[in-house]
Amino acid sequence: MIANPTADELLAAVSDFITRVAPDLKDRDVFLARVSVNALATVRRELAAGGAAGAAEHDRLMGLLGHADPGDDLVRRLGDGIRDGAFDDREAELLAHLKAAAIDQVRIDQPNYSGLQAALSS
Amino acid sequence: MDQPRLSEALQRIAPSMAGGPANVEDVRRLSGGASQETWSFRLASRGEDRPLILRRRPDGLTERDERTVTLATEAALIQAVAARGVPVPPIVRVCPAEDGLGEAYVMGRVEGEALGRRIVRDDAFAAVRPALARRCGEVLALIHATALPGLPPLNTAYALDELERYEAIYRSTGLVRPVFELAFRKLKRAAPPTAAPVLLHGDFRNGNLMIDPRTGLAAVLDWELAHLGDAASDLGWLCVNSWRFGVYDQPVGGFGAYDDLLDGYQAAGGQRIDLAAVKYWQMLGSLKWGVMCMIMYSTFASGADPSVERAMIGRRVSETEIDLVNLMEGRS
Repeated sequence: MIANPTADELLAAVSDFITRVAPDLKDRDVFLARVSVNALATVRRELAAGGAAGAAEHDRLMGLLGHADPGDDLVRRLGDGIRDGAFDDREAELLAHLKAAAIDQVRIDQPNYSGLQAALSS
Repeated sequence: MDQPRLSEALQRIAPSMAGGPANVEDVRRLSGGASQETWSFRLASRGEDRPLILRRRPDGLTERDERTVTLATEAALIQAVAARGVPVPPIVRVCPAEDGLGEAYVMGRVEGEALGRRIVRDDAFAAVRPALARRCGEVLALIHATALPGLPPLNTAYALDELERYEAIYRSTGLVRPVFELAFRKLKRAAPPTAAPVLLHGDFRNGNLMIDPRTGLAAVLDWELAHLGDAASDLGWLCVNSWRFGVYDQPVGGFGAYDDLLDGYQAAGGQRIDLAAVKYWQMLGSLKWGVMCMIMYSTFASGADPSVERAMIGRRVSETEIDLVNLMEGRS
């Protein structure tokens, strides 16, 4: 497999290009160029941290759900379980997982979001 | 409707609006939502130059979001609350069909800033920020005290109605967000008893408030989601973290404290509302906004709106998830 340029280097180069030409765009395209740069930054963060976050989530879900087949859609099983009340008496344990998952996801999606700092500071 | 045709239609009604010979100038489309067009223009007559705003329903929009009121209702509500002392733009004309503008009304343009980020951060607003939360409480009490007889027909939605509606929307996406599952479950079980309905603005938040850097709250805008329901819901929505623009430690709109909001509400004749009730509606608000972000993303996923903006809105859902977790763990 070709390693260089890395995926991250390619994304950084495209991002720099969009940033450079953005001032020459018109009206709404200026805004959309900024959103595009943000989207590439999100992809770069996901490439860097998504694998570890997904693995940690999977481990937590296996513990939380018990008897799960690793091939199951564990997130869907968790959602169904919450809806059916299966976690009503394990809320602290459930919340600990949801908090960890939300923190990992926001770190990728919107790392400067104020709610992330609030969650981390407690 | 394009700018030249809209300008012509406005020019035809200009004498009627000005009460004499008048010219319509500087007609410009302002950025607006998909369900509403907003245009600004000036009405020049006898040396007077009046800045005005036209709100109109876009052509060819067949489906109406069932939560939104008609523009005629919006104008009637603005007039009803203006009579009670609520700061709103003056209604200049509710356009009849023969104006050729479709469903539309014209109002005065109120000077100030409505961009939430500027309001919570810019030095220009530092002097008015400390009094804003209390003022919002006062104004909400005035809105909520509006006599219901005489108002146009409005939907009624209490907590369980809202939860039912947004849960159905959430389920329709086929996507699973466990935090939302827990939020729906907790909010349904903790739903407050149904109280006497009051007039609600329905979207009272930083972003829909015109703020004057010298005098503070100059106008409450965007009444299209007005309905009847629980008074605490308007207060909770104002405190949703999504409208604090990064200023987490000022829970009221990013500019004030809960106590100031609740004190202002009571001082203007409102009932004492418990902080717990505000936080209940704040949680429901974060959940609603999260579901709305999912729906906006689904217009990208379906191909209806292939813009990168719509795609990226899907990556804001996690913001509301962390806000919900924070609220569930007792942070504000």
